[in-house]
Amino acid sequence: MESLSSIILSLITFIPAVGGLLILLIPRRDRDIKVFALVISLLAFVASLHLPVHLHRNLAGFQFEIDKPWITSPNIHYHMGVDGVSVWLIVLTTFLTPLCVLISWTSIHERVKEFFILLLILETALIGVFTSLDLFLFYFFWEATLIPMALLIGMYGHGRRVYAAVKFFLYTMVASVFMLAAILWLYAKTGSFDFDTVQNAIRSGTVENFSGAALWLFLGFFVAFAVKVPLFPLHTWLPDAHVEAPTAGSVLLAGVLLKMGTYGMLRFNLGLFPEQSRHNAPWIMVLALIGIIYGALVSLVQPNMKKLIAYSSVSHLGFVVLGIFSFTNAGLNGAVFVMLAHGVATGALFMLAGILYERRHTYEISDFGGLATPMPMYAAFFLFIVLASVGLPLLNGFIGEFLVLSGAFQARPIYGILGATGVIWSAGYLLWMYQRVFFGKVKHEVNQTLPDLNVREKAALWPAAAMALLMGVAPILWLSSIDPAVQSALAPFAQLAGKVVGQ
Amino acid sequence: MSLLAHSLPALLAQAQAFTPPSGSEYMRILPELVLSLFGMIVMFVDPLLDEDRSQKSLGTIALIGALAALASTFFTAQYPGSAFWNMARVDGFSVFFHFLVIAIAAVVILSSYEYMAVQRIRAGEYYGLILFGTVGMCLMSSAVELVLIFIALEISSISTYVLAGFRRHEASSSESSLKYFLLGSFATAFFLYGVALMFGATGSTNIDAISHVLRSGNVPVLAYVAVALMFVGLGFKVASAPFHVWTPDVYEGAPAPIVGLMSTGPKAAAFAVLLRVMFEINAPGRFWLLWVSAALSMTLGNVGALVQDNVKRLLAYSSIAHAGYLLIAFAAQPDLGVSAAMFYTAAYAAMNVGAFAVVSHFANAGEKYVTLEDYAGLGRRSPMLAATLTFFLMSLIGIPITGGFFAKFYVLSAALKADLVGLTIIGVLNSALGAYYYLRIIVMMYMREPRGEVPVTPAPPATGLAIAVCVLATLYLGVFPGRVLDLATQSASQLLRSATTIGATLPSSTGPAQ
Repeated sequence: MESLSSIILSLITFIPAVGGLLILLIPRRDRDIKVFALVISLLAFVASLHLPVHLHRNLAGFQFEIDKPWITSPNIHYHMGVDGVSVWLIVLTTFLTPLCVLISWTSIHERVKEFFILLLILETALIGVFTSLDLFLFYFFWEATLIPMALLIGMYGHGRRVYAAVKFFLYTMVASVFMLAAILWLYAKTGSFDFDTVQNAIRSGTVENFSGAALWLFLGFFVAFAVKVPLFPLHTWLPDAHVEAPTAGSVLLAGVLLKMGTYGMLRFNLGLFPEQSRHNAPWIMVLALIGIIYGALVSLVQPNMKKLIAYSSVSHLGFVVLGIFSFTNAGLNGAVFVMLAHGVATGALFMLAGILYERRHTYEISDFGGLATPMPMYAAFFLFIVLASVGLPLLNGFIGEFLVLSGAFQARPIYGILGATGVIWSAGYLLWMYQRVFFGKVKHEVNQTLPDLNVREKAALWPAAAMALLMGVAPILWLSSIDPAVQSALAPFAQLAGKVVGQ
Repeated sequence: MSLLAHSLPALLAQAQAFTPPSGSEYMRILPELVLSLFGMIVMFVDPLLDEDRSQKSLGTIALIGALAALASTFFTAQYPGSAFWNMARVDGFSVFFHFLVIAIAAVVILSSYEYMAVQRIRAGEYYGLILFGTVGMCLMSSAVELVLIFIALEISSISTYVLAGFRRHEASSSESSLKYFLLGSFATAFFLYGVALMFGATGSTNIDAISHVLRSGNVPVLAYVAVALMFVGLGFKVASAPFHVWTPDVYEGAPAPIVGLMSTGPKAAAFAVLLRVMFEINAPGRFWLLWVSAALSMTLGNVGALVQDNVKRLLAYSSIAHAGYLLIAFAAQPDLGVSAAMFYTAAYAAMNVGAFAVVSHFANAGEKYVTLEDYAGLGRRSPMLAATLTFFLMSLIGIPITGGFFAKFYVLSAALKADLVGLTIIGVLNSALGAYYYLRIIVMMYMREPRGEVPVTPAPPATGLAIAVCVLATLYLGVFPGRVLDLATQSASQLLRSATTIGATLPSSTGPAQ
């Protein structure tokens, strides 16, 4: 009988998919399906809480590991494990999914069964990406997120959903075949897909022909992750996908899928190719900065609320990449924290936008105005989340951005200065949007009678708001497990040279 | 000339010492015997039954025959060794392909039940030809004598030529049959010419003897030409570029279940022959032939599919592209390449026969509904079938959890092990390119409004069973590929071992590393 700690990851990963397949057996009674999906996703969330509670804070390496040979030739193992970084990404995924189920309760009326099956299968694939320690298994789960997400966008989205879904699928898939080529090359030379084995082989220099191929391997992985993040200029799939997706799709897309890219950069690009990361960091940081500023400036001029939030994701994830490639303790800690904070805050923003869409079937800012009068509670939640996203101290956005900027400043002062302007821009576009939508007199007659939040919507928003506050006032609860993992990720960089990047 | 003079006394001596084949030798071709027997039974019974009710019964007889042949393959595997004066050989390699080809025939027969009834085609010759064609395909994989390979090739080809024209009331079907026949005969002539030149170069048409000569270090120039000519003939059969031009037209006109058969059965058999010819005899000069053909097939196949509106033509171009992916394995080192190629033929067979089974169901009477537009909204109107077609398309794209993914994976791993980085890059880029047109079908089915005039009926049990078998096979190969891959690896090692034990003294060269 396996101990709990070795099967817990498999449980967390596959409970949603098993639940999704069980939904196939439920007859088409929409309410039963929704309740069942909610129960399953809550079950996965509760199971995932076991991880941070029982994580040993000061142990380096991976925990809750399970390593079973799956296929003998090629040598693929079912190898899962987590460390301080991936633990919280898993909890983020299982946290957001029940909220997605709640928020889609009334907005999905047709093909309800398929919707929730796809949502749960997507959850399994997402968790699998974060738990996999076998390169092949990682690629398997990575690709497995594509079809459910594409179908969610294409079947349940808005006007240009088919275009957005196909663009999303092809863009991401083409980029990830380069990662596949790199993985296969590494396998051909080391005979294993296991992350630790490959990492040790590279570190000990036993991989033949490595120095010639290293840059291409780095880029192969990097391209796949850069499209996912998305890093400027590979971001053009994001606005379309976000705007046309249904609310739950947008929440998971922004909240979790984008983090797959940044997680990949941290785990694989930094973990396997530290030298190439250091050499290429200058231009990557520049692209991140462009993303921050460009994303923010484009958000400023968006008339469509969802597109505004979408471009703000480009901007925020630029902070993450900036933090990762600063190779400083503060920078990396901040980057992981921003991943979590952005997931909560922007996920909540998309939920709020979806709530408004259900009432008025539009995302155009000009169709609103003065909404604080008919919907005061909604306005309060919205303000809270907007301030978290802006980075107001005491809320979660501040911690992450501060740490990232201090790390970027240590890397090169000009990076820190330019990055800091991003905070100003984000305040600009978010607060201006808030003012146009909520303050002042009610602009359109039809908005006068809009109902405020109902119980279900409040149940979906309260957890997110509570998290934003808790992460802001007690970040140590998260950083205490993130920091050890970050330190062991940075260990090879301290050895590479005492110098910081860019010199 | 002197070679002929030397072998003549040997031939005469052999003729004088004639011993009839023993019982165990007949055991070794038991599957072929069973298939021929049932084919003849179908032909005899056909005129005895009246036309309306004959289809089901004839189909059942054919199915029983295929299943009996499948059982006899297991039986034959107990008798490894040569038969009929070393013309046919039973080893792990041939058993693998026997099993694959007969399984394909069985599933195609199942999916033809409904097709025969809907299209109102006389069933007798149809099922008989499928069984006889399968005889040819089986023999192709166990033959180790080039002339026998040629005979088997012709048996398989001629039955598919006729089967392609079975929709007698459609001009396109007759066109495809005639086109296939003319071009196919031309290609087979190339193969035969190659065989003749190989005889001239090595003094024998037996693969073992040829292998002996070609591995002894002194490779006659004529052998290079012979290999190239044989490659032309076989390349035609597997629909690889630049011998692929017949594929879209023939697939478009032929009956859909037959396209399922043509795109997998003869292809698998031809690949088996290619494996024997290229690897067992260590064909000289094969590397660049294979490299160029693989790269061209993938690219031309994918680019051609991008602009297709007809689902059958689209799948035809996809078939060319997949032949390209398979040929990558041929360009790699034998120890990995052979098993990767064998796995690929199995995975490809499962997904393609399944896809064509669904297509033949949706096509309806007269095959009226085979364009992309006709598939609009099928996700809503026929959810189970649309889901299975999506699954097969996912396998063709190469998404994990399907057999198609592991097939591409093994092929690309084998290529990278042999340092064929350029070909691998072309392979992955083409994979990504290919996703686009498969995705178009999925988008049509799920993200477009259904068109009222396309009739949608639930699938009858036979078609459902055929599709279910294919889904299970694809899923099995996608989740537990290890078992099948091990079988393929064992068979491959038998193939290569039997080659190298025929007195090889020098290490064989397998082409320049890139």
